[in-house]
Amino acid sequence: MSLLELPVSQPGPRAPRAAQSPPWRLIDRVGLAVAWLLGLLFCALAGALVLYFLVQGIKYVRPSLFLTNPSPGFTATATGGFLDPMLGTMLVSAIAMAIALPIGIGVAVWLSEYGRPAALARVAESTIEMIAGTPSIVLALFGILLFESPALGFLSRSSEGVVFGRSFFAAGAMLSLVALPLVVSNVREGLEAIPDHVREASYALGKTKFATTRRVLLPAARPSVLTGAMLGAGRVIGDTAIIVVLLGATLTFDRSGSVPLLSTLRGTGSTLTYYVFYNAPTGEGNQPTKAYAAAFVLLMIVLALNVGVDIATRRSRRLRWSS
Amino acid sequence: MVEEFRLDTEPTRDSDRRAELMLGALVCLVVVLLLGMFAFVLYQAWPSFSHNGLSWFGSRGNVDSQIQAIFNSGTSLGHEVYAFHGWPLIWGTALVVGGAVTIAFVCSLFVAVFIVEFAPDALRRVLEPVVRLLASVPSVIYGLVGVFVLVPLIGNHLITQGSKASVQGIITLNGYSLLAGVAILTVMVAPVMVAIFSDGLRAVPRGWIEASLGLGINKWRTVWKIGVRTARPAIVAGTVLATARALGEAVMLSMVCGVVSFAPNPADGWIFFVEPTRPLASTIIAFIDDLSTPPMRHTLYAIAAVLLLSAALLSFGGWAAKQPMKRYGART
Repeated sequence: MSLLELPVSQPGPRAPRAAQSPPWRLIDRVGLAVAWLLGLLFCALAGALVLYFLVQGIKYVRPSLFLTNPSPGFTATATGGFLDPMLGTMLVSAIAMAIALPIGIGVAVWLSEYGRPAALARVAESTIEMIAGTPSIVLALFGILLFESPALGFLSRSSEGVVFGRSFFAAGAMLSLVALPLVVSNVREGLEAIPDHVREASYALGKTKFATTRRVLLPAARPSVLTGAMLGAGRVIGDTAIIVVLLGATLTFDRSGSVPLLSTLRGTGSTLTYYVFYNAPTGEGNQPTKAYAAAFVLLMIVLALNVGVDIATRRSRRLRWSS
Repeated sequence: MVEEFRLDTEPTRDSDRRAELMLGALVCLVVVLLLGMFAFVLYQAWPSFSHNGLSWFGSRGNVDSQIQAIFNSGTSLGHEVYAFHGWPLIWGTALVVGGAVTIAFVCSLFVAVFIVEFAPDALRRVLEPVVRLLASVPSVIYGLVGVFVLVPLIGNHLITQGSKASVQGIITLNGYSLLAGVAILTVMVAPVMVAIFSDGLRAVPRGWIEASLGLGINKWRTVWKIGVRTARPAIVAGTVLATARALGEAVMLSMVCGVVSFAPNPADGWIFFVEPTRPLASTIIAFIDDLSTPPMRHTLYAIAAVLLLSAALLSFGGWAAKQPMKRYGART
């Protein structure tokens, strides 16, 4: 296209440009073919994955699985369903997002709107980057140290004065660190995409900077906040290592104390990911049909979140700033 | 200049200053939390490191029996055993992560180039959500696919009776292998790379690409010489993030790589690929129930410390690699 737009400045007897460009060399054509192949392979892989679990899901998912709790046993009928793990997934991701969202938005607002002193901003940026790169198993072990310490011990299960540091609180708090970098980077991107004249217009009306952030910038960046939240929730739901370490040992809710909700939060339990891990041939339960069914449900949740992210991104693209 | 002007015109009030301080405190809290993590984990890991010195990273004897001895010594107060030589675990981690990241890097670069420059619109609209979906599938689901599909495939079709007999008495070859781990991990980290690479490629100024096309260079070469070269900071960032993800992957690898801590030996010929191994992170998962015995606890935290420091080093390496690229005016 750009070739056509070049002004032809040299009239004269030159060889007519028969082809617009010379034929590609063999190596270039092979490269393009490889790129095509790999691109199609990616699609095929995702298709195969979804199809595989769809088939297994239709084969093994029964409504009763959603309504019964796991129970010890050696056959598929005796081991029950995954009601508690499913509720556990929701509970743990609710706790994690309840912690990660406010902190993440706060950090993102500070980084994009304030960012002074500059040294702290640089440190904060690399901190977020480091948290994103920290293996979740290390976060889990750190969580054990935090939550078995006397100061935070009241948040988790204990017997005869010994605190185990394992509870929904502990798992949720550590999982919030998994979601935090995603929330921060998405919210920040959304805030930085808003042009300065929007801020200046708000200042001109006498709004303070904080009021501008809260009433103008954050509402405008809502699709990005939503994207960050959903991406974070996706990671939280999919994480297994933290669950194994900080929540493991019991498949059903094992409450600690007598206050209704608090006892559950302080107690242990499990999530769908742990249920799959437990029921895989390598796990202790070894009930493949249950593992397939739970994995199917998990995949459907992730798919739903993905569709949500898609809609949110499309909405944020629709909102364009004239600059 | 514009920046300063903007700052001067901001209306400030006391409540505003308070808000800034609050947010600043929040940021400091997150920073302190990260520093605290380093301090706590290293403090817990210290006994294991100080007993073993540099031989912690060396290779001597069987790691599994060393871990067993460490665990057994937990009950006898004052006679704790700390001897631990983690080379097989480190070697296993290096092989799995290195293999997966190398393969994923090459594939992702091609796929990212394809998505950004060459794919027809219809295919691009399919590929972008597909990449995002693959990146967000929980690792345990990939592990399940590995256990049910890949491991039996390797165990039944790739491993012959002869090769099983050749290593009899040392390890059993049953499909739980390095190859399975690398294959699944590649599928896991490639989408992460593709997503970040294609973001970088999209940010390359259009004019630069068109200038090169205008000089008569074909599109394939242009994309590699101009596009990929300009997007190098994003490529580094994506590789670092994907490597960190691979390094920390514990559950999936513990499902498909086997349960013995064996260091696959390249001298074994092609059997090397189907030998079992157990990376560092999976080792923590395997022994997590023994966390209450003090020597075991310190050993597990030492493994975690090695992972944490490698992740930190990786992060720093990425930053250092990006520095010389900043001159070329590319977006980070």
